[in-house]
Parts: sequence; C-alpha cells; structure tokens
Amino acid sequence: MLLLSNFWTILLHTYTTKLKTKSFIITTAITLIFVLALSNISTIIDFFGGDEDTTQVAVLDESNSLFVPLEEVTKTINKDLELVSYTESVENGKDAVEKGDYEGLLVIEMGSNNLPVATYYSMDITDSATAMDLTTSIQGVKSQLAASQLNLTSEQLTKLNEPVSFEKVALEKDAKTEEELNQARGLVYVLLFLIYFAVVLYASMIATEVATEKSSRVMEILISSVSPIKHMFGKILGIGLLSLTQLSLLLIVGYFSMTRNDSLSSMEGFLGFSEVPVSTIIYAVVFFILGYFLYATLAALLGSLVSRIEDVQQMITPMTFLIIAGFMIAMFGLSSPDMNFVTITSYIPFFTPMLMFMRVGMLNLPLWEPIVGIAILVVTIVILAVFGARVYKGGVLMYGKSNSYKDIKKALQLTKKD
Amino acid sequence: MKPFYWKFVCIIEGGDFVTLEIKNVTKKFGSFTAVDQLSISIPEKEMFGFLGGNGAGKTTTFRMILGILGATEGSITWDNKPIDYSTSPYIGYLPEERGLYPKLKVKDQLVYLAKLRGMDKTSALKELKYWLERFKVPEYLDKKVEELSKGNQQKIQFISAVLHKPKLLILDEPFSGLDPVNVEQLKSAVLDLKQNGTTIVFSSHRMEHVEEMCQFLCIMHKGKPVVHGSLKEIKRSFGKKNVTIHADFDLSNLITYPGVLKLKETAEGVSLQIEGEEVAERILKDIVGKGFIRKFALEEPSLNDIFIEKVGASLE
Repeated sequence: MLLLSNFWTILLHTYTTKLKTKSFIITTAITLIFVLALSNISTIIDFFGGDEDTTQVAVLDESNSLFVPLEEVTKTINKDLELVSYTESVENGKDAVEKGDYEGLLVIEMGSNNLPVATYYSMDITDSATAMDLTTSIQGVKSQLAASQLNLTSEQLTKLNEPVSFEKVALEKDAKTEEELNQARGLVYVLLFLIYFAVVLYASMIATEVATEKSSRVMEILISSVSPIKHMFGKILGIGLLSLTQLSLLLIVGYFSMTRNDSLSSMEGFLGFSEVPVSTIIYAVVFFILGYFLYATLAALLGSLVSRIEDVQQMITPMTFLIIAGFMIAMFGLSSPDMNFVTITSYIPFFTPMLMFMRVGMLNLPLWEPIVGIAILVVTIVILAVFGARVYKGGVLMYGKSNSYKDIKKALQLTKKD
Repeated sequence: MKPFYWKFVCIIEGGDFVTLEIKNVTKKFGSFTAVDQLSISIPEKEMFGFLGGNGAGKTTTFRMILGILGATEGSITWDNKPIDYSTSPYIGYLPEERGLYPKLKVKDQLVYLAKLRGMDKTSALKELKYWLERFKVPEYLDKKVEELSKGNQQKIQFISAVLHKPKLLILDEPFSGLDPVNVEQLKSAVLDLKQNGTTIVFSSHRMEHVEEMCQFLCIMHKGKPVVHGSLKEIKRSFGKKNVTIHADFDLSNLITYPGVLKLKETAEGVSLQIEGEEVAERILKDIVGKGFIRKFALEEPSLNDIFIEKVGASLE
C-alpha cells in the first residue's frame, strides 16, 4: 500500500513542482505564441503584404503592334504586373527606371523572322519573378504570331500546347500514391520534429532534475525512504506527464487556432491534415512514448553520475548526439524512405522511435516490421531500466570530481551484494 | 585482530522489546574494507553513540542500517526483521551531508518528505508547526530553504528526520556546524525524543556530546569497533583514573612514583593519570604534611582519554 502510494507521491510531486516553476510557464507561453503565429501565418503575411503596389513596367514597343496582345496575355498571368506603353527613347526609359518611376523597361521589336525579340532593363535582375512573367507573356504572344504565320487553327494550336500526360503508377500493392506520399511527408515531418524536440527537452530535464537532487544532497534522504528504482521511475513518469500536458496544450491550441481561420485549407494541403491516417497518429503516440522512456531512462542514469548541475550538459552530450543523429537520418530518409541504410538503422533501438515511425508513415510496411522495431525498443528499455536502476542506486551516493563513464563501473560496484 | 562480540545484558519487563541488531557486518568497497566485522545490538529506547574519526566507517554503518547500502557480509535486523523500504516509516535519518531542495518552501518539502515516510499531509503540517514553534522559527513555514542561514537549515533538516515520529532515529553528526545556543536547543529536542521512547543512534567526533548523552557507545577505528559497551562499564574497565592535585609545593617528581602513568603540569598543580584507585590513596598519604593542599580529586577517566588511548593521538 505504502509502497505504491510512495510512487504516486514522487510522481505527483515531480509533476506539480515542475508545473509551477516560472521557467516551465514561460517556455510554454512562448511556445504557445509561436504555435498561434504559425497557425495564423497566412493571415499575418496577408496583413503585411496585402497592400503592396502593383509593379509597373514600361514597354517600348518599336513594332507598334505588340503592346496590345502582350498586355492581354500579361493580365492573365499576373494581374499585379501593369504594363505601361512608353514612347520616348531607350535612354530616357533607362533614366526613368533609375529614378524609380518604373520597375523596369521592356524593349520589344519584331525580329528578322517576324517574331518578337525583347530586352529587359531593370535596376537589378534579382527580381526574377517579374522577368519570368514577362518571358511567359512574350512566349505566349510569340506562339500566337507563329501559329498565324503557319496558318494554324486555334484548335491545332491547343493540341500543340497540350501538356504530355505523365502518370506515376506504383506496382506494389497498397503503395502510396504520389499525392498520399506528399501528404504523409508533411505530417511525418511535423511529428518527427515533435518527437525530436520533446525527447531532447524532457530527457535533459530529467537529467537536470536528478542531478539537482543529488547536488543538493536531498537524494540520500529520498532513497533512504523510497527505493531508488521507484524514485527513478516516479521521476520519469512525472516528467512524462508534464510533457504530455505541455504537448496536449500546444496541440489543442494549435488545432483550434487553425480550424478557426481560413489558413487551415492552405496548411492542410502542405501538412496532409485533410486525411490523417489514424494509424500514423497511433504510431506517432507509441513511438513518442517509447522514445521518451528510452531516452528518459538513459538521462536519469547519466544524471545520477554527476555531482554538480554544471556537469549535466557535458554528461548528456553523447546522448543528445544520438538523438540528433537519429533525427538527421530521419530527415534524410523523408525523401527516400525505402533506402537500405534507413531500413537497417531503423532497427537500432536508439534510432527506432524516429526512423521506424518515419518509415511506417511514409511506406506501406508489413505489420511485422514496426512490431519487431517496437519489440526491440521495449526490450532495450527494460534492459536499460534494470541496468539504469542499479547504476542509479550507486550513482546517487557517489560524490566525486570525475564525471566520466568509468563511474558507471564504480556505481555498479556500490550496489553489488544487495 | 580477533573480532569481539558484545551483547548487552538487558533486563526487560514483559519481553516485548525491539532491538537494532547488527551481526558480524562487513562492508567492502572493492579491496577497501570500510566496516570490518561489526557486531552491535542496540536496545529499544536507548541512545547509542558512535564515535570515530573521519573514515572510521560511521556513515557507511548508518547507510547499511538504512538499507541504502547492502552489507558484504553479516546481517542487520530491527525487531528481528531485516530493514527494507517497508520499515522506512519507522525510521528517521539525518544525514551527515545536509540536503534539502534549495528552491522549495520549507512547508512543501517537509510535507513531501514526510509523505514519503508514510505520513499524511494534515498531520505532517501539524507536526511541522509544532517543531517550528519549538525552535522559535514559526515564520520559516513559507520560506524557501535557500533563504535560511546554515544553522537554521540544519534545524529544518533535523525536523525532516523526526517529523514522522520515527521509532528509530539515526543522526549522523547532528551538532556539527551549530552555535552553542542551537546545540543546546537540538540536544534538548533529542533528549525529549528519547524520553518519549525513540531509539536513537547518533555519531559524533565530539567526545563531550556522546559522554553527556549516551549510556551506550562504540568507538570505531578503521572500520573496527575498538571499544564498545555502556559508558560506565567502559570507564570502569578502562581501570586508569585521573587525579588532580592543586598544592603550594612542587609535585613534578610524582612522575617517578610507582603507578603514575602520565603527569601534566597545570597552572595550579598537576594532573595525573594513574593505574588505579589505590595509587591515589598512596599518593595522598605521602604528600600530606609536605605543604598546603588546596585540592585533591580522584576522577573517572574522560571519554577523550579513552579514545586517545584506544585509537591513538593521531585523531583529534
């Protein structure tokens, strides 16, 4: 009875004290603002970019016949691009551009084969959008002229311009269509980020938490009241609960903020939220929880070895690198998830949470693959927990200057013969 | 050295008694032996003192009693049962290295620690208020520990060890780093707990504290118990006595007197260590008539004398 209630006492104490800290409240608030901003991004962009003037380009038409068709075509391409007929000399035109009267000067004339030839002057050529729109317009005018020269009917012209039909068909049964894959990529991308940040953030929180209790020497009192194993898992679950609180808050706020405004339609196209496969979400939750436990246990183990809070970061750096490596491979794998390298590494337990999730989200894996991955992960967590608890038990009693991995051996020695 | 095993002969009414039994306990860290064949039994409601210099094995012994460390050999039982986490509500511990959460309020952390030892929140708060009143610092209830002075932190630490009304209280160097006023406050608290039936084990390297408070004690040296028993018994079996003489004439030649082991000249005379009472008797007969003797006192040896004799002058 008491033994179990102790576990809850630790869990709730960890959860509530952490929840009440200023740093936690501030971080959550900042992240919430960020999520709100992100979900309203198109509104914000519209707000800043909505009143932008139309671009004016002076057109010096030396053939006297090209301006009208060109203006018509341009209107259909970009209505913010306004063509103004210019009749003075090229030099005057250039001056006008330099003064800023126009965005650019387009000199257009009939070439030798009675087709348009154009030169575009502007202050710089970085604004490729305008030049590209102009090119497309002139191309359109040229096609029309060439067609009439060849006496082509408009029907024939349409046939000529018709884009080639090119469809990708995956032969594998149940393989995802291109469209589905793009949607999945967006979703997997977002969830991968979430797993990555959560694991890095909360794992280091646990290591710091353990090191704080150790350096303030309250640990000896704690583990004389409660077994270190119970203490360790009480901490891990307490912080776990905290992470779920924070994440649910972010997701709920993000979701409502997105559904409330129109930007959802544009965002969901990218993120693939329109048809979220339930299995992907379930896998995300499973891999998030398992990944958290794996790294949290490792972090608690490492945290128990340091004597001063300052040394925590140094101690958990190799672990952070593992997470980063997993994340990098996952990001790399997003574009070609079926590579051998990605397949193999997805079975390495420290990478499984991100890589196997990425593969499950992107490919149609046979069910055994994620199950084997999860099984390996669970076994690793159990081994690490048993081993970690032993190190933890000895580690929390060790106070020394050295902070090396050799201390693991010493810590194990301390718990021997129990 | 052959390990010796002592057991107190306690006359207990009704036979219902709880003892802390340490039997042939050895703790090794690799090749280093921290505690070597320690056997002690501490009767209920007694105060037991552990004496010893740094590294004598006191803290390791305490950690083994608490179950934080496992013994390499031997067994430790309390009320004939091994000590584990199910007995933790009955045990209170003040570690040598003081430790509390610096950022937490006194109230929050003491209630948390008491809850871990099986106490409910309401009674923990009630008890905490009683102790803060007793130490005349009721305003600390809502203060963060880091805002308190070191001595006051130590009081809070002490409260954390006794809040859940343990039956067995282990105090590792409870008085170190305290000013005399606080030492007296804490001492009276410890004595009250003893009066109320708490079995107390404490360690110190201050002889006078142990001498003053404990009926039973054990002097440890390099992991071994060198002296062990009741204070009276130890002093009696030590045999040697001290004699203080204040006189107007020269006493320094007493060093050659048979049975005198040590002589120290003091401002007003000499103090001697002698083999036994009969030596004092002879000295007194001999010096009477040589001049005016203002003081002649036969004294029990101090624990300090015994400690130095048994452990060596290298410590303290």
